[in-house]
Amino acid sequence: MAEYRLSISGATCQGCARKITQALTVVPGVSEVQVDLEQQQVQVTAKDDVPTERLQTAIAEAGYGPSEPHCEGVVNESPSSREPAATDGDVTLSISGATCAGCVRTIEEALRNTPGVKKAEMNFADRTAQVSGSASVKSLVQAVEAAGYGASEISPEDDGSEQEARELAHYRLLLRHMWFGLGLGAPLMAWGLLGGDMMVRPGETSQWVWLGIGLATLAVLATAGRHFFVGAWKAFGNHNANMDTLIALGTGAAWLYSMAVVLAPGVLPEAARHVYFEASAMIIGLINLGQALEVRARGKTSAAIKRLLDLGAKTARVIRDGREQDIPVEQVQLGDRLRVRPGEKIAVDGEVIEGESRIDESMLTGEPMPVEKNIGDKVSAGTLNESGTLIYTATAVGRDTALSRIVALVKKAQGSKPPIGRLADQVSAIFVPVIMIIAVVSALVWFNVGPDPRLTHMLISATTVLIIACPCALGLATPMSVMVGVGKAAEFGILIRQGEALQTSSKLDTIVLDKTGTITEGKPEVTAILTADGQQDDRILHIAASLESGSEHPLAQAILREAERRELSLMEASQFSALNGKGVTAIVEGQRYRLGNRRWLESEGVTVTLETQSLTDKGATPLFLATDTSLLGVIGVADRIKEDSRAAIARLRDVGMKVVMITGDIQASANAIAKEAGVDEVMAEVLPEDKAKKVKALQQEGRIVGMVGDGINDAPALAQADVGFAIGTGTDVAIESASITLMGGSLHGVADAMAISAATVSNIKQNLFGAFIYNSLGVPVAAGVLYPFTGSLLSPVIAGAAMSLSSVTVVTNANRLRLFKPGRRNQ
Amino acid sequence: MSLLINLGGIVLVGLIIWWFWLSRPGGKKPLQVSDEVTIVVESGVYEPGLIHARAGQPLTLHFDRRDPSPCAEQVIFHGLDTSEFLDDGKVTTITLQNPPEGEYRFTCQMQMYQGRLIVD
Ligand SMILES: [Cu+2]
Repeated sequence: MAEYRLSISGATCQGCARKITQALTVVPGVSEVQVDLEQQQVQVTAKDDVPTERLQTAIAEAGYGPSEPHCEGVVNESPSSREPAATDGDVTLSISGATCAGCVRTIEEALRNTPGVKKAEMNFADRTAQVSGSASVKSLVQAVEAAGYGASEISPEDDGSEQEARELAHYRLLLRHMWFGLGLGAPLMAWGLLGGDMMVRPGETSQWVWLGIGLATLAVLATAGRHFFVGAWKAFGNHNANMDTLIALGTGAAWLYSMAVVLAPGVLPEAARHVYFEASAMIIGLINLGQALEVRARGKTSAAIKRLLDLGAKTARVIRDGREQDIPVEQVQLGDRLRVRPGEKIAVDGEVIEGESRIDESMLTGEPMPVEKNIGDKVSAGTLNESGTLIYTATAVGRDTALSRIVALVKKAQGSKPPIGRLADQVSAIFVPVIMIIAVVSALVWFNVGPDPRLTHMLISATTVLIIACPCALGLATPMSVMVGVGKAAEFGILIRQGEALQTSSKLDTIVLDKTGTITEGKPEVTAILTADGQQDDRILHIAASLESGSEHPLAQAILREAERRELSLMEASQFSALNGKGVTAIVEGQRYRLGNRRWLESEGVTVTLETQSLTDKGATPLFLATDTSLLGVIGVADRIKEDSRAAIARLRDVGMKVVMITGDIQASANAIAKEAGVDEVMAEVLPEDKAKKVKALQQEGRIVGMVGDGINDAPALAQADVGFAIGTGTDVAIESASITLMGGSLHGVADAMAISAATVSNIKQNLFGAFIYNSLGVPVAAGVLYPFTGSLLSPVIAGAAMSLSSVTVVTNANRLRLFKPGRRNQ
Repeated sequence: MSLLINLGGIVLVGLIIWWFWLSRPGGKKPLQVSDEVTIVVESGVYEPGLIHARAGQPLTLHFDRRDPSPCAEQVIFHGLDTSEFLDDGKVTTITLQNPPEGEYRFTCQMQMYQGRLIVD
């Protein structure tokens, strides 16, 4: 035993470490290699003495010698064959083969040394390089290639279509493979079915003919079936077994057996001298067909995401150094000033600094009415500028825009699974080795107790078990439905954060609706002002508005708007304090005033002398204005209910939901709104912090509760509920804190979300049921349990056809969800 | 002869159980702890299929998908509430912020592609 410690350089990542390990383990005598990236050292253990120079040479040859400061631990990949034209601006290159941070410098240098390049920067994380200057894309690609890496241009407009082209190419390849397999297998099978001789007799010409057919079948396995064998081998090396393993074992066994028959028929009993080349070729052909169909069907499952991605603008008009230019949207940087003209999309999230316009935000919020935008207003990527020209500064770019976050959220949710799918997960994970064991056991049973020809029966049952038991259908059952369901919901402006929420919302029996902003517009108006003796409307409004001047509360906003309408200039308020759920107090013109609810003022010793019944009957909330001791007046503020709230609530009740309204308003005005909206139950005068307790109380009654609120002050209640629906916060960070976010303001979204969830969950159940049935019936039939009744075994070819159809069935069934329409709106 | 075949079958079953369940890869080779790993997605496997990461540190994974089959289009980290679509022919980067200690499986949707992530 001998140990060596050698220094290395330029090894910055695992790729480098692997390369060094490989280079050293081939040196005779070396038994173990350990690379220490931090210390830039490598520890070599050898069985006997190895010359140190030998090791150093190996390291140097791998490109990590002690004096070589660069990193070459890369695999060169063939670059794109397109030859884009020269550019006069910025180019984004996709870099391949850069496996470690050390490569970045090499690539940047190569780019900077290309004539015409002004600036070159590489982003290691997403393997892209930004180059500006006048160099042609071709010369840039060549420079990167010369440095040992691959590069191709990312042109902003074909980001999605490139993916589609690859998909199509893969589809065509699968079809070619299918024709190859069936082209050989189908005639052979027809020959057998039409009574042709499939037996090999030693010494006759047929032996040579079958040898030729056997070699042709091998060609099919080596081309159309190659990926199954490669995949199976690689997975085997990783101690994994997958679908490829089953197919490779099944077709491989059939071929090997047949070849043995051809080469040495004399060794086998006469009845077993049958060949099964046609089965191998047919199975390969059929499975390729199944995969081709699956590729086609799957393309549709992500349609919703594609539509969302299409919303984004491709280019942006930036103003840099006083010059305007169109650049790919990826290159917009924070703080850039951008211009958007009428009819164009907003490129990135930003804040308006010049101009005014109306913007159609329906793609994000579902609200059909365009929104007025002035200086200081926020604009979101993907929304459409309708009338004027705006200049805005970029406040969020790339992955940080609201649109990108929504897309990311939907993608992430599409990958999550509801609890219903977990069992299938556990089964899938151990499935393939179990099937292999069943195949062996089945073969042994046929060998020991089966009728003659035993060898043939062994082969057929084992092969058929392997082929029919594709775990694909089982593995796909849940994810495919979730993918389509979550995408479908996104189309309706409903963001589902997790598969779990999908399953729970299909089980809800109670819906708690926050009143303000959920049932109502959330934009209250002053509807009446009652005055105490000797007081005037305007005076009361003036004081109230001055008290509330700093407040964001919707009731305060209503008073401020009314004061503005009446052109009352605000007075200065000092010692302002707001008491949650009670009201506000401050000093105006040397006098302390309180503005708040009746309970609070009475507890502070104010006698309420005005009758407010008339206000509350109309659903208005009375706000009492008083000095320390006496009441000055009452301002009635009402929040109109949304146009479609009543219809949406009726829809919820139609599907058996108990609908509860929860609000901080006093009982009387809450009742008025509740009656108008048509809810079952009202919880009034609930402090914001107590909403969660109310939800919990309902849950303790055994109810499964969905809570709908505006996502900010209702956060605890949303979290307490079994499913929290945040409403109308499409451009807000709050989309990340609720289980389900309704981008539009309408309550129909809740009903839609529940309908889509129910449809998705039942789709998953259908898929799981189908897949379990398929495997639990298919496997025993393949093993031969029906033999005593039918007198024959299932053909491996039939098994191949059934298997390739099983996953197609699941994907197709999931796609049915795309046609789902969640009930009718309005009525 | 028949004894031999039966014995062979039983040994085969034993080997299957041993190879796929009892012996796990990565036991002998020195594990490299790293906070940035490139994983090649090709021919039904993730390469490397075993990742060792330190707890309490962000882990950056670059998935280099070279396999056009639709099975490879998504990677799911079970128990970490993370999944990502992988564009064919491109590198997709996933960053796991402070993954908690434990062993996690990452697989494709069908669970044909399988990998393990050990965080300690
Ligand atoms: Cu599969």
